[in-house]
Amino acid sequence: MISLAGRDIHHAWGKFVLTGFGLGLLIGVTLIMAGVYRGLVEDGRALLDNSGADLWVVQKDTLGPYAEPSSLNDDIYRTVLAMPGVDRAANVTYLTMQVRKGEEDVRAMVVGIAPGLPGSAPGWPPYLIAGRQITRGHYEAVADIASGLKLGDRLTIRRNHYAVVGMTRRMVSSGGDPMVFIPLKDAQDAQFLKDNDAIWQSRRRTEANPAFNRPGVPGLLEAVIASQSTNSSVNAILVALKPEQAPDEVAESIRRWKRLTVYTRAQMEDIVVTKLIATSAKQIGMFLVILAIVCAAIVAFIIYTLTMDKIREIAVLKLIGTRNRTIAWMIMQQALALGTIGFVVGKIAATFSAPIFPKYVFLMPQDSIAGFLAMMAICMLASLVAIRMALKVDPAEAIGG
Amino acid sequence: MSKGIRIEGLKKRYGTGDTAVDALKGVDMQVEPGEVVGLIGPSGSGKSTLLKCLGAVIDPTAGRMVLGNEVIYDNGWKVRDLRALRRDKIGFVFQAPYLIPFLDVTDNVALIPMLAHASNKEARSKALELLAALDVQHRAKAMPSQLSGGEQQRVAIARGLVNRPPVILADEPTAPLDSERAMGVIRILNEMARKFETAIIVVTHDEKIIPTFKRIYHIRDGVTHEEAGEGKGIE
Repeated sequence: MISLAGRDIHHAWGKFVLTGFGLGLLIGVTLIMAGVYRGLVEDGRALLDNSGADLWVVQKDTLGPYAEPSSLNDDIYRTVLAMPGVDRAANVTYLTMQVRKGEEDVRAMVVGIAPGLPGSAPGWPPYLIAGRQITRGHYEAVADIASGLKLGDRLTIRRNHYAVVGMTRRMVSSGGDPMVFIPLKDAQDAQFLKDNDAIWQSRRRTEANPAFNRPGVPGLLEAVIASQSTNSSVNAILVALKPEQAPDEVAESIRRWKRLTVYTRAQMEDIVVTKLIATSAKQIGMFLVILAIVCAAIVAFIIYTLTMDKIREIAVLKLIGTRNRTIAWMIMQQALALGTIGFVVGKIAATFSAPIFPKYVFLMPQDSIAGFLAMMAICMLASLVAIRMALKVDPAEAIGG
Repeated sequence: MSKGIRIEGLKKRYGTGDTAVDALKGVDMQVEPGEVVGLIGPSGSGKSTLLKCLGAVIDPTAGRMVLGNEVIYDNGWKVRDLRALRRDKIGFVFQAPYLIPFLDVTDNVALIPMLAHASNKEARSKALELLAALDVQHRAKAMPSQLSGGEQQRVAIARGLVNRPPVILADEPTAPLDSERAMGVIRILNEMARKFETAIIVVTHDEKIIPTFKRIYHIRDGVTHEEAGEGKGIE
């Protein structure tokens, strides 16, 4: 038996290809949306992987440092370092801000990393694709390539200028913003230090306060002003454990003895992947549902229209003895063919357009397979309307009168 | 051995009660193998209803129909598989050819044997044989849209004949054609009826072809009257 659907598609291939192309662009958008979600998850995982930490010590009862603000004194890391099972511990600050480069600015997550030899503390960029790691205590930066910065560029963070000495890759925040690493002290200043006018106003108010400016206590005023002008806060302490140490046990120990909140990798992944992007995931999920409905409506409409155009032929086919299931299968095959053409076009469009997007779009093969199966299911369902109509066609319609 | 078609006291009522309409009030008809008869009548006389009953697309209310050697309807009883009956025992030729536009000429004709589970090769061989008989074998690979009106109608006749049905129902087969082509189609129908021992019933309004029938059934108010025709111009 010849394939009626195949012959019909071959006969009207231009119509099918053009319709499939239009549908394909819609499917491409759907795949990209799924890729954006996967990209968010991957960015979150990359953030955790690249930090080099096994535990995150943060301000008590917060979900910091990525999901909520967290502030710790920068000397706490020494006590954490002394805990059993801890190999290395380092302060870190995170601040998402606009980093200026000349007249332009770039959205970036500025990461303050503890001084020391590269790799001696968690938080350093694990690998570079160009240049070198930060070696000086101030005014050097390593930037992710997605920031658009280049080696030798000079960038401005708050009132300080930094030279880009190294480039890294896939170092991004959970929101996909590229990271710029600078020395911890500079990052603390960038995050907590007030501007000159504010400092001057603060000093004036302190000097005017008789409680601090007491003639009988020399040095008190200077000490108070010094404490107001400097800061000793960090957002988190990144902890690397000794080999064979159970993260949960060490985390529990720190929670118990230091009265801080500690997250293991699994817990932090849950925060970053589940809580932090939950709203975005729901948003994308809604888009995917809407796009699936739109795809189904388009396929249903096209197949319905194509079937309507063939009502007389269907009546003739039924009159000459074609089985209902043969006609139903012909219509369903056409819907599946349309979906397949659309999916191939969509997959190609998504693959070629994904790198153009500013944030990471991760097209997983599993998503493509699931998308294809979903598309086939949508096409099958969408063809039911046309099949129902075709099966109701009376063979007598082929006979006049 | 084919024995044409025989109809006895065929009735068809649409609706019930006060609104019931008797479209056929007892039609008697017999068409022998190899014979082409005309079925003529004014609009609303019951031609289409009779054609649909003969074509097994609607059920009569009463009467008896015998197709070839097989009783297909007998006062409420009917054969179970009407779809197979239409496929194997009845050929249709319509006012417009209604060829399947996405199949080439050969496959348009071969489709019916394929539906009857013949192999593609066997079905195409049968189709080509008929196309040759109807002198359109040179258009075997053409699509219907590439054929002239006369060629399309000949292909439609080939499709109607391909399963060698005992009866062919032709519904206004010459309506869209000019006189010369209309006569050509009638000549072909006669040739095919003789060649394949098929009974052919031609429903028509076409004054040009009415004189070609040797026998004519007039249908009026749901009743048929048989009369002899002139049988001109078909030998």
